[in-house]
Amino acid sequence: MRLAQPFSVRLCHRLPKHMSNGIHPLANLLAAVARGISGIQVQWAGCQPSEKQRIYFANHTSHLDFVVLWSALPSEIRAKTRPIAARDYWEETPLRRYLAENVFNALLVDRGIMGKTKAPENARSASRSLIEDLSRTLDRSSSLILFPEGTRGTGDKVGTFRPGLYHLALRRPEIELVPAYLDNLNRILPKGEVLPVPMLSLLTFGKPIHLEAREERERFLERAREAVSSLRRIGSS
Amino acid sequence: MMFQAFRDQKMLFLFGATIALLIVLRLIANFLKLRAETDSARATVDDLNSRIRAWWKMCVVFVLCLLFGRVAALVVFGVISFLAMREYMTLVPTHRSDHLTLFWSFFVIMPLQYFLLGMQWLVAFVVVLPFFAFAFIPTSIAIEGDTSHFLERVAKIQFGIMVCVYCLSHLPALLFLSIPSLDGRDGRLLLYLVIVDQLSDVLQFIWGKLIGKRKIAWRVSPNKTWEGFLGGVVSATVIGAGLWWVTPFTPAQSAGMSFIICILGFAGSLVMNAIKRDIGIKDFGVVIEGDVGILDRIDSFCFAAPIFFHVVRFYFNR
Repeated sequence: MRLAQPFSVRLCHRLPKHMSNGIHPLANLLAAVARGISGIQVQWAGCQPSEKQRIYFANHTSHLDFVVLWSALPSEIRAKTRPIAARDYWEETPLRRYLAENVFNALLVDRGIMGKTKAPENARSASRSLIEDLSRTLDRSSSLILFPEGTRGTGDKVGTFRPGLYHLALRRPEIELVPAYLDNLNRILPKGEVLPVPMLSLLTFGKPIHLEAREERERFLERAREAVSSLRRIGSS
Repeated sequence: MMFQAFRDQKMLFLFGATIALLIVLRLIANFLKLRAETDSARATVDDLNSRIRAWWKMCVVFVLCLLFGRVAALVVFGVISFLAMREYMTLVPTHRSDHLTLFWSFFVIMPLQYFLLGMQWLVAFVVVLPFFAFAFIPTSIAIEGDTSHFLERVAKIQFGIMVCVYCLSHLPALLFLSIPSLDGRDGRLLLYLVIVDQLSDVLQFIWGKLIGKRKIAWRVSPNKTWEGFLGGVVSATVIGAGLWWVTPFTPAQSAGMSFIICILGFAGSLVMNAIKRDIGIKDFGVVIEGDVGILDRIDSFCFAAPIFFHVVRFYFNR
């Protein structure tokens, strides 16, 4: 990760005083604002909070999703948890770039590797090399937050997952894959809106899943999708 | 100025008695909890405990209003309105195209109501919201251009605003009346309304548990019975009449006021129960908090507060 590198190097050697735990103060502020707006209630239904290296993967309906999920983690875990974000979006303006690189310490990836490219052959080879890159860059302790749908949906149902999660699971089998469902954020700040409505929301963490031996890609991705959507608590009936 | 309210001995006496009663109730509830053996008995004790918790919170709100006066009342009830409306809008299904309308409801209409009260423009306070929101909500939704279920969507939002903002704001509004015989000790009316309303609520519940047989509207609230209703209303009215010395009313007037509060309190909680049935939940808090929500506790004020306010204002205000 070309862009994340200089920052993480500095982080390893010496922490600036204002960054306790390595969390940027602006990140804490934004997390507090997001918590306030979304009135988030967290439930660890399938596992307990842990400093183990994990990939949290969740449904994606709102710009608030990442900050809310991130802020819901206990602070010592939060300090070591980084989002995987789409490079095309987060490098578009200087503000977004600053937020992604400096504030949230995001791992920026091209959406292509998450499977956006339509031509399957290209997508496969491109995703392999880039994910290999990503899994090498990823150290042995950082946890990740990933929205495998790759884009924000309406909240009616969880969309198909892109293969990034599969490739990460394949190359780093020791990492726990924790499904999570964010309820109601699609009503708080839906796609296409800039003004939030402060309704209440729920976040449920489910039971970790693993890639099984010789499990096919599509089967695994569908199982992961099912693990996320089964955690829905509002309006599921 | 700040501690003026604390020189009002009658009110302090009543408030102190309320606190003492709460402590006694707490002990009784603990005792009952040990004795409860069946599931239904345990559920009853849990219900009582959750009411007691809510009453302590109401006491805190009341003390804040006494300590810091009208400004605190505006802030505290503004927050309560916000939390109530948040609960309501979360659980009542709204449409994707209502997003902006909901935003204005939270961030313009609600503050406006408390602003009008704070400025003491009582006529505007009473008149603006029912007409402004009435016109604004459908217009805003119509501008969005999505006409599916139009009337239904408008009604849901309008009702939420009326209950959570308009009706609720009449509780702090009691502190903004000027009644000659009270001479600035406005906290008394608020305390009186809350005590009578909550007593009526819990006495209906207790009478219903003891001798309740004939259901009033079993599809809406299985716990409401004619015996409970009559027992609760009569006993709360008698107690309310006995509290005349803290109000500007005569004993007979106080009985009449209490009777109005009891009946409207019953109506309010029945209507809010019907809404919960319609959405398919038991308590507004259940999905979110795992406990009874704020709306479940203030439902009996939603009709009682505005009408009590207007009757007092009409007959007793200077």
